[in-house]
Amino acid sequence: MRTFEYSRAADPGEAARFAHEGATIIAGGTNLLDLMKLEVMAPDRLIDINRLDLKWIESTQDGGLRIGTLVSNSDLAADMRVREGWPVLSKALLSGATGQLRNKATTGGNLLQRTRCYYFYDTDMPCNKREPGSGCAALGGFNRIHAILGTSDQCIATHPSDMAVAMRTLDAKVEILSNEEGVRMIDLGDLYRLPGDTPHIETTLKPGEMITHVILPPPLEGRQIYRKVRDRASYAFALVSIAAAVDVQDGKIATAKLAFGGVGPCPWRMPQVENLLTGQTPSAHLWEKATDLLLEDATGQGSNDFKIPLLRRTLAAVMDEATRGDGK
Amino acid sequence: MTAYLKMDEPDHRRRLDETVQGIIGTAMDRPDGAAKVTGTAIYAHEDQPKGMAHGVFARAPVAKGTLTRIDGEKLRALPGVLAVLSGPKFLRNPAQGGANEAPVQGSETIAYLGQPIALVVAETFEQARHAAHMLEMEITSEDGLINPEDAGYETPEDQQDSQGDLEQAMRDAARSVDVTYTTPSHNSGAMEPHASIAAWDGDRLTLRGSYQMPNYNQYELADSLGVEPENVRILAPFVGGGFGSKLGIAPEAVAAALAAREVGRPVGVALTRQQVFEATMRRSESRQRVRLCVDSEGRLTGIGHEAYVSNLPDEEFSEPVTQATPFLYAGAHRVIGHHIARVHRTCAGSVRAPGESIGVTVLENAMDELAHDLKIDPIELRLKNIPDKNPTSGLPFSSHTLAQALKTGRDRFGWDQRNPEPRSRREGEWLLGMGMASAVRVNILSEARARVTLSPGGTALVETDMTDIGTGTYAILTQICGEMLGLAGDKVIVSLGDTDHPHGPGSGGSWGAASSGTAVFLACQKIRAEVAKKLDADEADLTFKDGTIIYGNRQAPLSDLIDQEIAVEGHVEPGKTSDEVTQATYGAHFAEVAVNAVTGETRVRRMLGVFAAGRILNAKTARSQCLGGMTFGIGMALTEEIAHDPRDGHIVNHDFAEYHLPVNADVPQLDVVLLEERDDYANPLQAKGIGELGICGAAAAITNAIFNATGVRVRDYPATLDKVLAGLPQKA
Ligand SMILES: Cc1cc2nc3c(=O)[nH]c(=O)nc-3n(C[C@H](O)[C@H](O)[C@H](O)COP(=O)(O)OP(=O)(O)OC[C@H]3O[C@@H](n4cnc5c(N)ncnc54)[C@H](O)[C@@H]3O)c2cc1C
Ligand code: SF4
Repeated sequence: MRTFEYSRAADPGEAARFAHEGATIIAGGTNLLDLMKLEVMAPDRLIDINRLDLKWIESTQDGGLRIGTLVSNSDLAADMRVREGWPVLSKALLSGATGQLRNKATTGGNLLQRTRCYYFYDTDMPCNKREPGSGCAALGGFNRIHAILGTSDQCIATHPSDMAVAMRTLDAKVEILSNEEGVRMIDLGDLYRLPGDTPHIETTLKPGEMITHVILPPPLEGRQIYRKVRDRASYAFALVSIAAAVDVQDGKIATAKLAFGGVGPCPWRMPQVENLLTGQTPSAHLWEKATDLLLEDATGQGSNDFKIPLLRRTLAAVMDEATRGDGK
Repeated sequence: MTAYLKMDEPDHRRRLDETVQGIIGTAMDRPDGAAKVTGTAIYAHEDQPKGMAHGVFARAPVAKGTLTRIDGEKLRALPGVLAVLSGPKFLRNPAQGGANEAPVQGSETIAYLGQPIALVVAETFEQARHAAHMLEMEITSEDGLINPEDAGYETPEDQQDSQGDLEQAMRDAARSVDVTYTTPSHNSGAMEPHASIAAWDGDRLTLRGSYQMPNYNQYELADSLGVEPENVRILAPFVGGGFGSKLGIAPEAVAAALAAREVGRPVGVALTRQQVFEATMRRSESRQRVRLCVDSEGRLTGIGHEAYVSNLPDEEFSEPVTQATPFLYAGAHRVIGHHIARVHRTCAGSVRAPGESIGVTVLENAMDELAHDLKIDPIELRLKNIPDKNPTSGLPFSSHTLAQALKTGRDRFGWDQRNPEPRSRREGEWLLGMGMASAVRVNILSEARARVTLSPGGTALVETDMTDIGTGTYAILTQICGEMLGLAGDKVIVSLGDTDHPHGPGSGGSWGAASSGTAVFLACQKIRAEVAKKLDADEADLTFKDGTIIYGNRQAPLSDLIDQEIAVEGHVEPGKTSDEVTQATYGAHFAEVAVNAVTGETRVRRMLGVFAAGRILNAKTARSQCLGGMTFGIGMALTEEIAHDPRDGHIVNHDFAEYHLPVNADVPQLDVVLLEERDDYANPLQAKGIGELGICGAAAAITNAIFNATGVRVRDYPATLDKVLAGLPQKA
């Protein structure tokens, strides 16, 4: 680990100012500290935001939630309002990491955690994300956990979060404090960038911007499901995960919101798939068509080819479950 | 005083059945248990002397090549850096278990990616780690063979064996199977990372390490450094798991010693988890071809087991995959084959029951395939084929408990609930199935010494450099000594892991308890004789209990009989009973699994292991050993796999986030039954090794259950969901 300067932010404005000057924000540290030990990230300065008053979950006027960035993954999962109104989020959180990690991990940190690509973590290996232009060792390497959608020939890494997948389904918004522009609000979907030629630029956050809150719109009608498929029963990242919020009215799908984890460089969502499902009568054939569309551009990289059939089967099972009976 | 035994004759006396203290075999708590769970047991890297400097390795970034230069000077400018070392004494990889001499040395020749080729010493661990990261080196890289199948296999003559004509037997058979399975490289997964702290006092070196076999490590370290073994002392009182990976002296010990001499201060070197993966032993991957053929009655007429494994150039060890195949089942026509490829991958060595772990597992899969083909119950098939003497050597068995284990397990597990037709039970999305496998592990007695000192106050001290690697050695040696000398557990103190003590056998190959226990037993027996002398009595006529001696109708406290300490060194060596009979431990594994019809995910619902290992010395620690082995079986069956990069062979998933050991949620209720057994040929304790038995075959019970649940035979371990999925019908 390289030596670094450390300071504690007195208020969000100060954190944003320090960040603007090049400091790296540390929240729970469960990802950042690992990366610093390996010198994958080697910040000169850390700005600690843990003492800021951003630990609260507030109900908003329209019936939604405003989640402070420092709310831990454990607390968010356990919140009664979340469990009742946004159960998919609670389930997604509880399927992630371990109890100890969830106690430390924060909401903003979880959204901004880095990929788990093995080669990204190994500084002797070429990696365009870590060292732009050095190449991508995962291509042609062991890439069991890598993405099948949204990749580029520069990078095939996934975003590993479970929480973000559920939030994406829930149309979450991210509240950002910018040193220059004050507060701005974006859709979670707009937070992430696809790798393209610049896999090292992962988000649309600018230097000096910090996440202060995540906003959830009011609870959705219908059934919510989070299904995570993984290599062991706990403490493993998703090979494929699906967050679904599906409402069936009079035997037809009224709304279907679907986001996918473990398959793309960000929590993956494809409006065309949801449009295709909307207004239709549930059937195995419909799931087929929806997955065909979803997977139209999917590419396996060798060790992760199985994710394509796996996603197909899992989506069908999730949709069966979501639309079974009266949809309640 | 010494008490020596060469184990040439079976010992039918069964003395531990006559003694009356009543602690042998009980589920006595570990004397060291409280210290371990409260964090007061001090592990290697925690035992830091004042002024200790920290060393961190820099790794070879290529699989093969020559290190031509390191730029130590530049690093000297970094804060805290004290020294940068490398050179001809550096170990390429750890010594193999029991080597007793240095392994291949020299940091110039790079043989695998991850080889520790330089050590940076600094005031703090963080400084050293950063500097190691910054180290610039010049390397001429060469192409090296990485994949065993590309490298081709050597066929060492002394590792091939055949009897009769298997090809013909296969042709004549009523039924046969000829299957090939593969298993991946495994990591030991010990919790405590490898670490050493070296301190010199003049010419004398003390090394606090995390080692399983100090009795060999002392000589290996001395040989590596070119010093006299008498000048090397190794301390390893607590070891946080080893599973084979801490058998031989390893690079960090030698580097710490060299560094400590260089900087004139104690130096500690602890490996990071990533380094543990890369620079300590892996279990070799294997390809195994098994051929089985039977007559119309289901009796085996032939067995072929050919294994293909790998290791670095110049390493003697090759995973003894077929170790149990020569004697487990009957069959006149036999072929045993061993082939080894030389590749530039992390060194292969002993990991978790080398040989049987993966060998019995695959053999037991093939037996399941055969039973299925024959439409006969897999337990029945095994019962039909238990030999009455070693079918390869013709030697008698010291004892044989396989049939009993199979039958006991069959009843207890509810095997009659199993439908032999695959894919016949379902609960919602989950397909349910049951599987079983035999367990077997060779039993070994190793030379061992231990000193027991009885004091007039009625306490005893046991000293040996035997280790407790989480296994329970402190407990069982306490029990053996207490039982023999009539002392309660808290009157016995056991001091382990110090090479200034008499040399034990080390912890490895499951021989530790019985071998070191026998040395303690022998010493105690002699002490009893010394006490008897004072009474002019025969030792066997005395009863020792709770610090008193009962003789005829007389009873006296120990302190009345002895006025000074009696110290005896017990010493046992293996003899004819190791060569003239076949000794092994046996058991049976049963598993019920649920396989998700949508995703191919497998969850073990329950497991039963029935094991016989001679006298059980401590019911609790023995059971714990079995639970651990069965849990490793779950890992081997479902999750554990070292992924080697296809281009340079390096271990890609070198941490516990991505090398998937089973976690709590993967491990259901495990049921263990220990059968009563006495093996008089094993040693005077009638006890055999139990540590490794629990893993041998365990994975096969699970994968056989997957077949029963789904009809899918995964022949490429581990049975991860993608491989199961490939065989599942399109419609879940
Ligand atoms: C072994 C292991 C297993 C795991 N398994 C899972 C899993 O199964 N599923 C899953 O979803 N996650 C998993 N995780 C990841 C875990 O969820 C993340 O590490 C955690 O959520 C990160 O949160 P943190 O607060 O600790 O972030 P930190 O480590 O503190 O920060 C992460 C990044 O976010 C930045 N950051 C943090 N807060 C802000 C903010 N408010 N504004 C701007 N930037 C910010 C930091 O600068 C840093 O770059 C696992 C982690 C580990 C180590
Ligand atoms: S996939 Fe992305 S993160 Fe992984 S090695 Fe390639 S560039 Fe780096």
